[in-house]
Amino acid sequence: MYGRKVKLRFLFIVLILITLILSVFLILKALEENVVYFQSPTEIKLLSELNKNKIRVGGMVKKNSISINSNEVNFIITDYKNEINVSYTGAVPNLFEEEKGVVAEGFLKDRNFFSATKILAKHDENYMPPEVKEALGEK
Amino acid sequence: MIYSLIGYYSLIFGLIFGLFLFYLSYKNFKNSILLDNKIIVFSFLQFFFVIISFLSLIFSFVVSDFSNVTVFNNSHTTKPLFYKISGTWGNHEGSLLLWLLVLTLFIFIFLVRAKNQSVKYRILTLVFQQVIIIGFFIFLIKTSNPFNYLFPIPNEGLGLNPILQDPALAIHPPILYLGYVGSSIIFSSVLAATTLKMISSSWASHIKKWVLISWIFLTLGILLGSIWAYYELGWGGFWFWDPVENVSLMPWLALTTLLHCILVLEKKSVLTSWVIILSIATFTLSMCGTFLVRSGILNSVHTFANDPERGLFILIFLFVLIFLSVFIFFLFHKDDGRNSYNFFWMSKETSILLNNWFMMYFLSVVLIGTVYPIFLDVISSQKISVGPPFYHKLLIPFLIPFLLMMAIGPKLKWIKSNLDDKLYLISLFIISILLAFVILKNFSQNILINTILISSALYLFFITLRDFFVKKYKKISQNIAHFGFSLLILSILFNNLFSSEIITNLKVGETFENSETKIVFESINQKKEKNYNSIVANFNIQNSKGEEDTFSPELRIYNQPVIATSEADIKTTLMSDKFIVINIVQNQDFFNVRYQVKPFMMWIWLSVILISIGGVISFYKK
Repeated sequence: MYGRKVKLRFLFIVLILITLILSVFLILKALEENVVYFQSPTEIKLLSELNKNKIRVGGMVKKNSISINSNEVNFIITDYKNEINVSYTGAVPNLFEEEKGVVAEGFLKDRNFFSATKILAKHDENYMPPEVKEALGEK
Repeated sequence: MIYSLIGYYSLIFGLIFGLFLFYLSYKNFKNSILLDNKIIVFSFLQFFFVIISFLSLIFSFVVSDFSNVTVFNNSHTTKPLFYKISGTWGNHEGSLLLWLLVLTLFIFIFLVRAKNQSVKYRILTLVFQQVIIIGFFIFLIKTSNPFNYLFPIPNEGLGLNPILQDPALAIHPPILYLGYVGSSIIFSSVLAATTLKMISSSWASHIKKWVLISWIFLTLGILLGSIWAYYELGWGGFWFWDPVENVSLMPWLALTTLLHCILVLEKKSVLTSWVIILSIATFTLSMCGTFLVRSGILNSVHTFANDPERGLFILIFLFVLIFLSVFIFFLFHKDDGRNSYNFFWMSKETSILLNNWFMMYFLSVVLIGTVYPIFLDVISSQKISVGPPFYHKLLIPFLIPFLLMMAIGPKLKWIKSNLDDKLYLISLFIISILLAFVILKNFSQNILINTILISSALYLFFITLRDFFVKKYKKISQNIAHFGFSLLILSILFNNLFSSEIITNLKVGETFENSETKIVFESINQKKEKNYNSIVANFNIQNSKGEEDTFSPELRIYNQPVIATSEADIKTTLMSDKFIVINIVQNQDFFNVRYQVKPFMMWIWLSVILISIGGVISFYKK
């Protein structure tokens, strides 16, 4: 019916379309699975159910809350309305201090307890991650 | 005071010369037999005034002229001279001035060097480049003038962020910018050539040099940033899929694809649409990089003062440029089939086309991962981040066919081809799989995907290695670059698989011990320097083979601004790096210690250098 060239071209277009759809699907799927949401201590208190996904918690490190032993660092993140206990095993960034902003990544154990796998480094003393700023309500 | 004055008025002069150049180009374009000498003189003068302006900013930094706001915000009298100078481009205003400097320098070089090209083409390229240059002039003068006054004059500046006080980071921005801004010449030239309908193989061989220059600098610039992040940020890695890193990777991917297309265009006069679109994409992505990094949208070390006006300006400017280029593309570029010809599945053209599609896939993954969080924040104010697992999951499976293609593709001939010596290609493939399996046999997790990955990288490694010896290889540059790439992937894989890490908290005098390593925290002492105080910790580390090393990582507390940074102590050997970094947690006796053994670290850097050497050879080849 059709010439060989037309068939070939048709095949080619179909192939490209399939590839495009497949890659968009793959990307969206991977996004869905690997996105890390940011939440403030208050938002965590209001959660109706705990999910098992990795999340980020941000706020201020509460004064006099840091305690350390040979394999763990414990501290409290507060947004001045609610707070959450964090336990962390791993390397601590330079600007991790009490009464400074912090972002911790990890898993919720319950509404009051967070087990962190990473504490994010900030590079500038005056710099506050936008998420933290918003969580603190532009304090 | 006087420097700021000179600097500011030089900028105004530069802008005026830009407007003059428009006028001259218009006049010259109408009767274009010879290029008006005035054009070259004026574009030199424009460059000259920008360099005067840049030098006066450097002088302001050197003499610590705190009547200048930029100097006040980013310098300090106790800072070493080297970092006073590098502080010039370590901030928003200065780095934009550097952009402008490179923009004007490159167009001047272009005008002088492109003597063999037609006059119309040179003028038109100049015009498009001036659009970009004038945009940057206005941006600089209006929203981010580096020469603003401060009164009363303070006695002391605020200082430069200490983690930027580092030799690698001092030269990282200029090198990276040479790459970014080099793509502006490609952009202007491609628009000019499209308008004049002269996209052809002779144009390709002329613009190839510029593609190579900007590709080499971009590659080295990314490398420097990566090395810096490795030893200064104390995370012990070299790539974190941080948005700011991604933003430099995206133009690199587009530029690398463009480089391959240009080579095809030079030989075969096909893929013209690809070349045009990729040239536009590369420059647009470079601009986007500047926009995203400078506007404060991305959250990182590069984020300086957060000023919405700046972001808005760059955004509008970007849209104007994109609109202009898309308009030109659709108006002037007609792929009339004059150059179209058939090629078969087994040919070099097909493999380059496949390469393009793969690269575009990689590019879109990185683009989506970088932009999606911003997008989501704008439409739903949900804060999210996209981490390494996303990229690994999407990129790694596609890396395997990509590597195999890279091995086979260059062996194919143009138009139609049969693979020669199939037997040897297949046997090498089997050897690679066996070898990968032997390496990984004691390794339990993800053995399947790792074996396949390593064997495809090994395959490329062997094939390119053999090509060095087999024939008088004509394409030495390509072979070196591909060989470097296989080495890079191999080093990254081995580095990932065989790295080990210990993180613990220790007091002075304590010892950490596990089955393989014994870490003794011997002592600390204090050191006083001009611009920082430091605590030096002394460690003795013994591994299971009984080898001992002493390490002395530092914790520096800079006085201006008061910031603590960790200086890792790294013992580098050819085969592996030992990396230790300490940190102190407020008011506690414990030190947070992180010790890593990272094999093949050196090879990651070396292979990237090898890749760029491929580019350099190609540049000098006749």
